[in-house]
Amino acid sequence: MSAPPSRPSTRISPWALWVPLIVFLGFLVLVIHGLSRPGSTEVESTMIGKPLPAFTLPPAAGDRPGLSTYDFADEKPRLLNIFASWCVPCAIEAPQLQALSDEGHEVVGVAIRDRREHVAAFLVKHGNPFARIGKDDVSAVQLAIGSSGVPESFVIDGTGVIRYQHIGVIRAEDLPLIREKMREARQ
Amino acid sequence: MRVLVALLALLVAVPALAQDSLPRAPYAYRQLDDPEQEARAQALMETLRCLKCQSQSIADSDAPMAGDMRSQVRQRILAGEEPEEIRAWLVERYGDYVSYAPRLTGLTWPLFAMPLVLLVVVGLLLRRRLRRGDGK
Amino acid sequence: MIAELGLAALWLAAALCAMQLLAGVLAVAGKGGNLAGLVRPAAIVQGMLALFVLAALIVLFARTDLSVLLVAMNSHSAKPLIFKVAGAWGNHEGSMLLWVTVMGLAGGFVALIDRRLPERTMLATLAAQAFVSLGFYAFLLFSSNPFTRLNPPAIEGAGLNPLLQDLGLAFHPPTLYFGYVGLSVAFSFAVGALVTREVGPLFARAMRPWVLGAWIFLTLGITAGSYWAYYELGWGGWWFWDPVENASLMPWLAATALLHSVGVLASRDALRTWTVMLGVVAFSMSMIGTFLVRSGILTSVHAFAVDPERGAFILVLLAIYIGGALVLFGLNAASIAEGKRFSLVSREGALVVNNVMLSAILAVVLFGTLYPLVTEAFDTRVSVGPPYFNPVGAAFFVPMVLVLMVGPLLRWRQDRLERVGKPLGIVWTALFMTGAILLAATAWIGWLPWIGLMLAAGLAVASWLPLRGRNLRRTPLAVWGMVMAHFGLAVAVAGMASESAFSVEKLVAARAGEQVTVGPWQVQFRGIEPVAGPNWTALEANLTAAYAGSPPVAVQPQARSFWSPPQQTSEAALVTRRFGQLYAVVGEAADGDRWQLRLWWKPFVTLIWLGGVLIALGGLLSLMGRVAFDVRRAFARRRIAMRREDMGR
Repeated sequence: MSAPPSRPSTRISPWALWVPLIVFLGFLVLVIHGLSRPGSTEVESTMIGKPLPAFTLPPAAGDRPGLSTYDFADEKPRLLNIFASWCVPCAIEAPQLQALSDEGHEVVGVAIRDRREHVAAFLVKHGNPFARIGKDDVSAVQLAIGSSGVPESFVIDGTGVIRYQHIGVIRAEDLPLIREKMREARQ
Repeated sequence: MRVLVALLALLVAVPALAQDSLPRAPYAYRQLDDPEQEARAQALMETLRCLKCQSQSIADSDAPMAGDMRSQVRQRILAGEEPEEIRAWLVERYGDYVSYAPRLTGLTWPLFAMPLVLLVVVGLLLRRRLRRGDGK
Repeated sequence: MIAELGLAALWLAAALCAMQLLAGVLAVAGKGGNLAGLVRPAAIVQGMLALFVLAALIVLFARTDLSVLLVAMNSHSAKPLIFKVAGAWGNHEGSMLLWVTVMGLAGGFVALIDRRLPERTMLATLAAQAFVSLGFYAFLLFSSNPFTRLNPPAIEGAGLNPLLQDLGLAFHPPTLYFGYVGLSVAFSFAVGALVTREVGPLFARAMRPWVLGAWIFLTLGITAGSYWAYYELGWGGWWFWDPVENASLMPWLAATALLHSVGVLASRDALRTWTVMLGVVAFSMSMIGTFLVRSGILTSVHAFAVDPERGAFILVLLAIYIGGALVLFGLNAASIAEGKRFSLVSREGALVVNNVMLSAILAVVLFGTLYPLVTEAFDTRVSVGPPYFNPVGAAFFVPMVLVLMVGPLLRWRQDRLERVGKPLGIVWTALFMTGAILLAATAWIGWLPWIGLMLAAGLAVASWLPLRGRNLRRTPLAVWGMVMAHFGLAVAVAGMASESAFSVEKLVAARAGEQVTVGPWQVQFRGIEPVAGPNWTALEANLTAAYAGSPPVAVQPQARSFWSPPQQTSEAALVTRRFGQLYAVVGEAADGDRWQLRLWWKPFVTLIWLGGVLIALGGLLSLMGRVAFDVRRAFARRRIAMRREDMGR
């Protein structure tokens, strides 16, 4: 039993009653869009196009020299590979890195949080495509170039500018793109 | 006997973790000596995102990379940098994702406009009620 | 056998639900004839059947029946029984079953107990409840079947997440679900009332106990969840504005506003539109929350099943239910004649401010939580966290609490602020004195903690003022409930501000025999020992802590390793005293024979959860008061009726 309809004392503007629905429709649009894109958990570096920050790393393995920013300033593009012996996927990309090195591209490595013995064992087991390997015990270089995990690879051009980031393992299908980026880095 | 079992289990458990075996970065778990500096570092760390975690600040995470980031923050504070400079340094490398404090940019302005708009709407709603209702 | 029985019962319950819906719709449309008589029994039996289905799943888990896929994926024979049982709802399918069961039980209870609502509105309400349940039954049966068999049976279960092997967390979901899903009753009431256009005090009085009940559970569930995160995650954090935490807070905000609104509608026949809208919004936020958690669309440390397909299914349900209810609202709300007038300076006016502020906080939390999705549409990722939510939330929370201090003292319909000048004066004095003392006695603690402590002091005083001048023995229980709940809020805010302002942290790499000072505590590190539990092994740190000269107590934090699935957790050791907690965590081995220790002294931190419990207790007192009042009134009516009969003879 409802009260006899009296003169409404606080007239609510009719359009105000539709605001919740409009907000909900906005929510639906937003969420449908969000669901339709595959969620990416990778964090991309925002240093693409910027020069490598200054760093100097000691050698990580006995027979290869260490790595520093000066090594990038000789007009030759390089692939900077961030890896670690404790990183299981890094073993998977070793053949691809070896292929690139054999083709004449220079590949240099940064070993994150690794002991020399472990790096040496890893290189013996999976091959050594690196011209230089730096030892980064506190992820300083990783943080400085905007890398957030292993493995990641960066194409650095001949003037030391970061040109491209590849997050995760370099599979055989990724090689053409990497080669092209290395070629672009020559210009 | 239980102790022995526990020890054995631990020996088995450790290699199963695919983590590095190096010790943590110098300031990952070490506070700065000056309490005021440490307080500023802590306040900053609570607002920086751990990139390898699902959704935690670097102050709340045991991930090695979070420890490395904490160490960076503390070392920079020790060297005299301002917290906002350090935040800007990280944002320059990882984008706004790494900071839990959103910046005012062309893309985030609605975040900041929304509360203001709400305040205005709330004010209008209440003012209308103040003028209209007099309870007679 | 049991699994098949459970599945069959689930189908039967769904069928009953469909029948409830059909009969209800026909009855409301006036074409039902005798069908109307089916609706209530259908609701009651459906609820009981759903409970049977849940019981079947629990039995399967308790027995670790590894021929059922869900059990094989989420349980382990080595788990203690209580965690096996809790494992039944500690996964996506089980928790959806819990959802459906609570909806069914709630609907059944309403059908069984309520005698107040006009019949047609009640039928519309039960039909609405059935409509919403049906979608979730469909979700369960077609997309998340808990009883799927595994052939051949697994040899051993994959184990439950060790983080969930904890009493607090085991019972956090059911508590939260009774709250979340209990709000479905309010939703159905609101939809039923919109359909029949019957919104008034009768409607409010029928709805109020259900709102109170759901709200009490929700308050307890959130409080328990916060305390669990505090002691389990090992860093002393109790709220992070994480998307899943926000998903539980948003229904609570709506439910709190609804609870106050429904009271006004019940006693003063005002705020009709607000009440109906909040009834719809509260459960809508529950559904949105469950969607956010299960679809994987937002990154969260708590996220459940990350499955976009399931997310899409729930999204369709959301679109139908929330969209439908909001369309109904837009169409019919205008014709709900608005109730009585009142001035802004009045009890109703204060409650309007309350509603508006809570809704604003809700809007801000929703917007901030979803904003990363907006930026991702533009290929950018942002993080929105405490640095945004804390100040923005405070911008609305502070005025709300200020009004809360004076609101309960105001008269209904119209009042003047001067009339409450004296009690207000006491409140302001408490507030400013606290502020001054803090400035004088301690270093600057930050704006938000300082304002928070002042507000807490003022509110703590203000919450007791409604009892002034009353005969305390004849004060209705509902008034005591209000006092307790508001006081609880003050206590919680005091705890939150203290934790922020006064916590002391010490990180040390200690050798056995060394001593550390944390605040008023002297902690001595004795050594590390390996220990073992039913399904874990751990390294336990042996510490003794002495508080300001008292005899030392043993404090034993652990670093635990589970083996199924392999995971490590940190078990913090807490020592609670009247004025705070010592929080100790053991980390890894450091150089030499040192061990990483993390120690916090957190003054008054337990007030946060004590406050939450007090708020829930206040709600309970209110509920008891209302129920007692109704029961007494029903008895009185019966006595009068019997006396009339006698006199008539």
